[in-house]
Amino acid sequence: MMPIGHYLFLSLLLLLIGAIGVITRRNVIIVLMSIELILNAVNINLVAFSRYYGDVAGQVFALFIIADAAAEAAVGLGIMIAFFRNRETVLADEMDLLKW
Amino acid sequence: MLDSVIFYFFAGIAVISAALMITRRNAIHSAVFLITTLLATAGIFLQLRAEFLFIAQIILYVGGIMVLFIFVIMLVRLDVPLARIRSRWRQWTAMLVAFAVFVQAGIVIVLAHGIPGQGLLILNSAPADKLPPNTEDLAKSLFGAYLLPFEIASVLLLVAMIGAVVMAKKRTEAP
Amino acid sequence: MVTSPGYFLTHLWLIPLFPLISAALMLFFGRHVSKQAVNLFCVGSVFLSFLHALGAVLTLWFAYAPDARFYQQILFQWVTPGAMPAAGGMVNFVADWGYLLDPLSCVMVIVVTFVGFLIHVYSIGYMAHEGGYYRFFGYLNLFMFSMLTLILANNLLLLFVGWEGVGLCSYLLIGFYFLKKSASDAGKKAFIVNRIGDTGFILGLLLVSATFGTVRFTTQGLADPSAYTGIFQTLGSMMAQHQFVYGAPIFTAMALLLFVGATGKSAQIPLYIWLPDAMEGPTPVSALIHAATMVTAGVYMVARMSAIYQLAPVAMDVVAIVGATTAIFAATMATVQTDIKKVLAYSTVSQLGYMFLALGVGAFAAGIFHLMTHAFFKALLFLGAGSVIHSLSGEQDIRKMGGLRYAIPATSLPFLFATLAITGVPGLSGFFSKDEILGHAFNRHVMMDRYLALWAVGLITAGLTAFYMFRLLFEVFYGMSRVPVEIEGHIHESPKTMTVPLMILAFFSIVSGWLALPILWGEESPFALFLEPSIRGVETDTGAITFARHSLLVEYSLIAASIAFVGLGCYLAYKLYLENPKLHTRIAASWPRLHKLLIHKYYVDEIYDALFVNRIKDLSTALGFFDSRVIDGLGVDGAGWLTRIVSRISMWWDKWFVDGLVNLLGWLPKFLSMPVRMFQTGVFSTYAVFILLGLAILLGYYGHHVQTFVRSLH
Repeated sequence: MMPIGHYLFLSLLLLLIGAIGVITRRNVIIVLMSIELILNAVNINLVAFSRYYGDVAGQVFALFIIADAAAEAAVGLGIMIAFFRNRETVLADEMDLLKW
Repeated sequence: MLDSVIFYFFAGIAVISAALMITRRNAIHSAVFLITTLLATAGIFLQLRAEFLFIAQIILYVGGIMVLFIFVIMLVRLDVPLARIRSRWRQWTAMLVAFAVFVQAGIVIVLAHGIPGQGLLILNSAPADKLPPNTEDLAKSLFGAYLLPFEIASVLLLVAMIGAVVMAKKRTEAP
Repeated sequence: MVTSPGYFLTHLWLIPLFPLISAALMLFFGRHVSKQAVNLFCVGSVFLSFLHALGAVLTLWFAYAPDARFYQQILFQWVTPGAMPAAGGMVNFVADWGYLLDPLSCVMVIVVTFVGFLIHVYSIGYMAHEGGYYRFFGYLNLFMFSMLTLILANNLLLLFVGWEGVGLCSYLLIGFYFLKKSASDAGKKAFIVNRIGDTGFILGLLLVSATFGTVRFTTQGLADPSAYTGIFQTLGSMMAQHQFVYGAPIFTAMALLLFVGATGKSAQIPLYIWLPDAMEGPTPVSALIHAATMVTAGVYMVARMSAIYQLAPVAMDVVAIVGATTAIFAATMATVQTDIKKVLAYSTVSQLGYMFLALGVGAFAAGIFHLMTHAFFKALLFLGAGSVIHSLSGEQDIRKMGGLRYAIPATSLPFLFATLAITGVPGLSGFFSKDEILGHAFNRHVMMDRYLALWAVGLITAGLTAFYMFRLLFEVFYGMSRVPVEIEGHIHESPKTMTVPLMILAFFSIVSGWLALPILWGEESPFALFLEPSIRGVETDTGAITFARHSLLVEYSLIAASIAFVGLGCYLAYKLYLENPKLHTRIAASWPRLHKLLIHKYYVDEIYDALFVNRIKDLSTALGFFDSRVIDGLGVDGAGWLTRIVSRISMWWDKWFVDGLVNLLGWLPKFLSMPVRMFQTGVFSTYAVFILLGLAILLGYYGHHVQTFVRSLH
């Protein structure tokens, strides 16, 4: 058995990479994918703890997260498509309607 | 021994794929690298003896969500030249902040290693062959204690489905 | 002594009350009742007053001893200010509302109620076609109330109340046709000139009350005389204690001040100017108020205060001189007047001068006697004039009359008798009263020479009176008719209500003089004897008025002299107006300046205007100017200007400071939020950075705790 720390580190790395992706990328679809990466990192964390504590609740939670990620991806992409129809852009910089 | 090899193998694929994903200009390339990352994650799950999640990850995440992503990417085809200019300022800020978080979280994790008993406090980590069957265990929990969240999740999916349909629908003039 | 006063005396207070009630009824209900009702109430009330007056006088005459014919009743205590300093020390001043009936007021009350009643009856006919019927009778009754209050008052203050009341009624009645400017102007003039006289009266009243500590005339006739103070009694004790002497300045001051009031009310120089203008009122008003009654109030007042006047010889001389001067002055003006009423008006002024002449030489009884006879024949003359005017449908110019004695005999015959009476033709009342006055003036002459001049003036005036009265008679009733054609056809005799009073008055004009018949054979006139208790003075050992006793020869010579002057006047009038109708115009043409002077009444009105009226108008203009420029300008407009300035400042403050403050409050959040706003870029990545940054910070802050916790687990 690996020390749990390794799994945590892995999770942390993936999370940060996803965060960088969210911040850095201008293409909204890539941003959405980075979000999926973050969720995935969280899943690893949960499952690791679930294994090490012997409590299956972690995995149940991870399952729910997957379901939620699916729903969110669907809706998010739907919004994206609607937005693209209006504005002809997928660039986050140009989606600044909430600007002050 | 085998454990660590498998771990480092899958972990390495995951991290490298992730890094590649966020740096590709082509969105399809990014999607493909995400798929590999997800597959690697599935491997990690398997290594952690979470068989059900391993399958669920592949079917749902890769087979469902990523396919959806690929569909949309191909739908929203944008010419590449537009994606040229990237903000340096933003890159460096992101990396800096991420590094700060990494450092702090890392310190916590590292410090936690000093605790006797395989790093962090482990309550009842059973050896691999003594574990109950994963799927059965999961099912017991899912339809037992966590029945309500399960049902809510299904409603959530329904709502998301309707929402997605409504959002993506072509607007026609009201009659 | 008398046992009980009887009904008429105890109900003395009813006499002024009857006309007051009917006046009040007219005020409230006059507009809604019929003419017959007005007649019933108003004329009836005066008749009731007359009956009560007659009863009271007869009771007093028969039931009381000649020396003690006083009856006084106090209805209630009216003015009670309490303790007041007076010449004799501190006194408890009380002025009451009370009535006094003594020989003097007996004469006055009979004259006023009787003549007043006849004039009321006359007015029924005269005012029959006029508007404001009930108003006329209401005012007339109000006048009766005021006059009766004046006459019957037992103190100077209540007399003054009546004095003012008759002044008010005079104003109301002169200006009865108030829509006519000349009438309303005349009413104003009468009231204002009266008011000027009243100033003197009030000062005199105050001086009297300050000196004697009381305004009650006398305590005689009261049920309990010792409980009250009276002027007569106080004066008597003051003279007995030698506090004052005969001719003391204080008496002169009092007498003169009161006399100033009398000149106003009784139209003497210098305040006579209102009486000719007062002819604007209806003729019954002229008859009652400006001939028989109101104008005699001054004479009555002086007679009432005779005790004081007798102690102020200087004042008496002033009275006599003013009276004589007025008499002749007015008589000259009467000779050229062409309005029938104006002639009579100046005649009234002149005759009033006679009365004051009498009072001034000390013949109080003679003055009052002339007042009585004058009331009868002057009222008759005015009512007759009114009858003539009525018959001629409003014509008042004697140049347009003539030969009317055949057309309106019921008017002309009484008028003839009145003319004979006023001129002093022997046998009629005027002869007796006028000759008494002249006789007393002459008798005083023996003491001092100046009285001879007064007697001479009186004599000449008698001649002038004869002249202008016969001139009037001839112009109106005799000779050729100069009546315009359009009126000639409508000449009609006046109704019975008008002519019967004329006849009654004519009767009294003839016989009232016979009360003094005994003087023809050298005895005292019964009238004077009757009146004596009222007008006697107080005992004084420092001087008094006395008259010489003359032989009958001197008396008859005086009478002959006056008859001669009367005859001369009559003859001149006949010559100038009847025998040769154009003669008077030729004479007037040959002395144009004199004629003009007389016609314009010696320009007295113009002089007064220039000296006083216009100066007062200038003063009021100046004050008005001051008011509009200074007070309105500085005060009102200034206040307005100041308010505007203040409001501008306030506005500026409001705009800059207050609004500024408010704006600042608005601007401040905007200014402060500007940097914060920058966070809302709308770009998602920025938000993501902040989320991550927040995570880093939180980890940094709490991570340290986690580390400690984790370390503690070691």
